[in-house]
Amino acid sequence: MFDFEIVTSWLHEALTSVMSEGLAVLIECVLVGLGIITLYAIFAMIMIYLERKVCAFFQCRLGPDRVGKWGLLQVICDVLKMMTKEVVNFRQTDRLLHHAAPFLVVTASMVTFACLPWNKGAQIIDFNVGVFFFLAVSSIGVVGILLAGWSANNKYSLIGAMRAGAQIISYELSIGMVMLTMICLTGTMSFSEICDQQATLGWNIFRGHIPALLAFVIYLIAGNAECNRGPFDMPEAESELTAGYHTEYSGMDFGYYYLAEYMNLFICAGIASTIFLGGWAPLVIPGLDGFNAAMAVVPGCVWFLAKVFFVLMLLLWERWTFPRLRIDQLLKLEWKYMLPMSMTVLVIMALCVSFGLTF
Amino acid sequence: MESQNIMFVVLAVIVALGSLMTVMSKSIVRAATYLLVVLLGTAGLYFLMGYTFLGSVQTMVYAGGVIVLYVFAILLTRGQTDKAGKTNGAVTSWGLLLALAGVVGTLAVVCTATWHVVAEIGKPSETTNSITMDTVGHNMISTEHLGYVLPFEAVSVLLLACIVAGIVIARKR
Repeated sequence: MFDFEIVTSWLHEALTSVMSEGLAVLIECVLVGLGIITLYAIFAMIMIYLERKVCAFFQCRLGPDRVGKWGLLQVICDVLKMMTKEVVNFRQTDRLLHHAAPFLVVTASMVTFACLPWNKGAQIIDFNVGVFFFLAVSSIGVVGILLAGWSANNKYSLIGAMRAGAQIISYELSIGMVMLTMICLTGTMSFSEICDQQATLGWNIFRGHIPALLAFVIYLIAGNAECNRGPFDMPEAESELTAGYHTEYSGMDFGYYYLAEYMNLFICAGIASTIFLGGWAPLVIPGLDGFNAAMAVVPGCVWFLAKVFFVLMLLLWERWTFPRLRIDQLLKLEWKYMLPMSMTVLVIMALCVSFGLTF
Repeated sequence: MESQNIMFVVLAVIVALGSLMTVMSKSIVRAATYLLVVLLGTAGLYFLMGYTFLGSVQTMVYAGGVIVLYVFAILLTRGQTDKAGKTNGAVTSWGLLLALAGVVGTLAVVCTATWHVVAEIGKPSETTNSITMDTVGHNMISTEHLGYVLPFEAVSVLLLACIVAGIVIARKR
């Protein structure tokens, strides 16, 4: 398996040989930052195209097909349109907060994006409390949404923001419980160690069998709700709230919300594939050495992206299959069903681990 | 260590300016937003020192929890006209006096304290200041030296009392 650390350490040595260490680290930080932003933009474009096409196929339509072959250039046109649109300012609104709110949302999303393990050794933010850090940063985005709704000075925005806030805070609990379940199995909170473990012992979803599978299903439901997506897209329901908390945004300010929404979905899928499906780890069956060696030929980032897009397909399938929930049903689902269920799964997993029933 | 110092100065300026803006801002929602900046800056200081667990807790509890609670409470209670009222001279002078006392007290502590300087910190990173989840967890529920089981339980009882109180306030009569 190719270790990306060879590249990074080579770069570090090359830079330190011509300049001081502080400057070298600064240059590396800038490079990594540019890398994150570029990847973020590229994957957002892929995601938007994927969403539109998959949505169309689910509804027996063709989807975008005018610009370029199979409508491949449609997304680029959309981006150009979004960038050249006028950013409208309103009287009687809090301008500063109105323009600061999208940045909070997109920054939180970018920092969580940096937590994903792309390949062996290619991990940007890797603390020993990585999972906890991920949960902590992802909770900042809620502030951005609440501020957006408030600063627009519009009742639809405010209602949308309140709904979004209540929903995200509620479903964060289930996500936290699912993460705890998997931490209980792995015994570590660092994303790189979680991946390393799965590269030798097999993927967590097989190691943890029944509780891990249940946790995976709960994660898929709560993840869709956490990203404010259908069937949980009540906060931005077009028919009654006109678009929820981003009603009053135009141009690139709206674009940031759009970007963050799609990338949060990508991050959600990325974390699911990391903690359940092994991240960059190839398919490993302990004991079958020849099979494992053959699987390890495929590079880690290919494995990672394949898993991410697999989980994305599951999430899109969920989104376009179920009808939208009412806000009270949505909160009831979380507090009365999902949370007790995820707590039970946590207890089952703890019992399995303590009796040695996991692989 | 040079870049560490630069980052410290940047974060310290952000925290100091944010705190000033928090208390000087007329709009209550803006004050809450500046407070978010201050709390995130503090988390940044923890990360700079390599205390990733503490930094994450700071982000989770204050930025993700307390600020969201504040903003929610502000949005739920009154309209958009939450502006600070005019303060008279007596209130301002009392505030100034208290602030001055605080500054003098802090300076006195800073000047008189004996600092335990670690000879060579090197790079304050996770590897040197390694407080892993295991250490935190074991200390949290141990009864021995550096064990925090009693405060931990006391806080849980307090939280339980808060939850019960919340239900009592919110229930329909």
